[in-house]
Amino acid sequence: MTPEFLIANITLFLLAIFLGFELITKVPATLHTPLMSGANAISGISIIGALIGSNVAYEGGSTALSGLLAFVAVVLAMINVVGGFAVTNRMLNMIAGKKRGGA
Amino acid sequence: MEDWISIGYLLSAALFIFGLKKLGHPRTAPFGNQLGALGMLVAVLTTVVSMQLAGNAQWELIIAGIVVGSLIGYWMAVKVEMTGMPELVAMFNGFGGAASALVALSEIQKYISNADLIPEGLELTVTMIAAGLSALVGWMTLTGSLLAMYKLKGGIEVFGKWIRTPTWGPSWLNPVKVLLLLSVFVMIFLSIEEPTNQNYLWGIIGVSCLLGIVLVLPIGGADMPVVVSLLNSLSGIAAAFTGFIIGNSVLIIAGSLVGASGLILTFIMCKAMNRTLLDVLFKSFGGDGEKQALTRTKVGSDPDEVAMMLDGAQKVIIVPGYGMAVSQCQHAVKEFADLMKEKFDTEIKYAIHPVAGRMPGHMNVLLAEANVPYEQLIEMDEINSEFPECDVALVIGANDTTNPAARSGEGPLAGMPIIDADAARTVVIIKRSLSVGYAGVDNDLFYMDKTMMLFGDGKAMMAGLNTAVKEI
Repeated sequence: MTPEFLIANITLFLLAIFLGFELITKVPATLHTPLMSGANAISGISIIGALIGSNVAYEGGSTALSGLLAFVAVVLAMINVVGGFAVTNRMLNMIAGKKRGGA
Repeated sequence: MEDWISIGYLLSAALFIFGLKKLGHPRTAPFGNQLGALGMLVAVLTTVVSMQLAGNAQWELIIAGIVVGSLIGYWMAVKVEMTGMPELVAMFNGFGGAASALVALSEIQKYISNADLIPEGLELTVTMIAAGLSALVGWMTLTGSLLAMYKLKGGIEVFGKWIRTPTWGPSWLNPVKVLLLLSVFVMIFLSIEEPTNQNYLWGIIGVSCLLGIVLVLPIGGADMPVVVSLLNSLSGIAAAFTGFIIGNSVLIIAGSLVGASGLILTFIMCKAMNRTLLDVLFKSFGGDGEKQALTRTKVGSDPDEVAMMLDGAQKVIIVPGYGMAVSQCQHAVKEFADLMKEKFDTEIKYAIHPVAGRMPGHMNVLLAEANVPYEQLIEMDEINSEFPECDVALVIGANDTTNPAARSGEGPLAGMPIIDADAARTVVIIKRSLSVGYAGVDNDLFYMDKTMMLFGDGKAMMAGLNTAVKEI
């Protein structure tokens, strides 16, 4: 890891934080929970790290332990991702479905 | 990293950004959620294809993990009852934090088993700091979220016995939290010197788990959704730190996006309840076992009496609460509204408190399920001025959100905005008993002369009321 690469990553980190602050402004109370749950599904992005980790775990004679940890990480991250998006979708369909019927 | 991989990750990051933006508006929210899911799919496919091209992937285990995780997640999401939604979100959130922390742990385990892999200089420092912070935030999110889940449920069943989740937080616990946090920082610092020292590794994990528990333990009642939102923000930060360990841009971007937007959402939710985040985190919310003893009594009414009083009412405001969710009586409520409209041409509105139920928007989702028109659901600030001109306020299973004690400036409820149901000409309350709500404060509303109490299960009482109204 070169210092340039680290600086680039820190830049990404800070810019994304600023963007995140700006992204959400006024949210009606109805959407608080779906928004929370949708954002939560996105935080399951660590699935990428888990996939790469479970792969690299077999290089260089690594132990079964680090492979096993990565496998558990894959399972948990997938539960987070699939369950999170599915449950958000269910909630939103209920809210939006009603709106169409009523308006 | 090859160019096309970077482009794949860039596309997925862009999809996350648009997805989050659209999730914040009622009309575009379902599309926003789909964009987010698409972004995740792009990120996973990019990773999988690049691993396949690199030619050293162990697919059996990876595919097994993906399939098992997807099936469990999907099954839970489809099966959950609408009342159980907040608990499920809390649990998913804990799993996300744990996944990030596990990736960090797996990475460190590689160094321990093979010293040749240990990086040097700057890279070692960055990796150990990022791994330590990822562990701190990730494990804290796991234990905090699981405890939050059981707090939202109200308890845990062990061998058929129901054990109430405690809410406990003496003020001396606050400096302990700070000490625990500092000790983790010290251990992270020490681990840079000795990356293979397992004591630091497990020490960080253990203390972080404990920290998650002591952080959530004192929090209860209406503050719970705020904490879940904060933990959600933390799980994003954990993913971002994990991104630093493995040098992956999409983890850093998506993680910090969720971290920041989750924090903003947390503040918005605090504001809706007129509380600050510091109050939520460091001041215990009611339920310390100091519940007020009930000294007063009130004679209950029966549905026929209430129906007679409803005869000819011009305007009725329904105030739903968690009790409606528990008894699943939203369909009976809708039937009642239709009956009143048909018989007396009554104007019906619903007063929605921002934190009614166990999560923001809980009542909206339930009433939507019963096909209540959206425009009849009015948020608290707008409807409060309408109570003085309303004939009947029908409170169904709500307690703290209507408690006039919140206006007094004292006690656990002080300052919480409430629904002014007590301003209506007559108040009808459906509730199983006079018992106190989450905040542990007796509710004066129950004892007012103009209040009629219908003691019983929400569903049974609504059915009785509907029959009685039909017979008028």
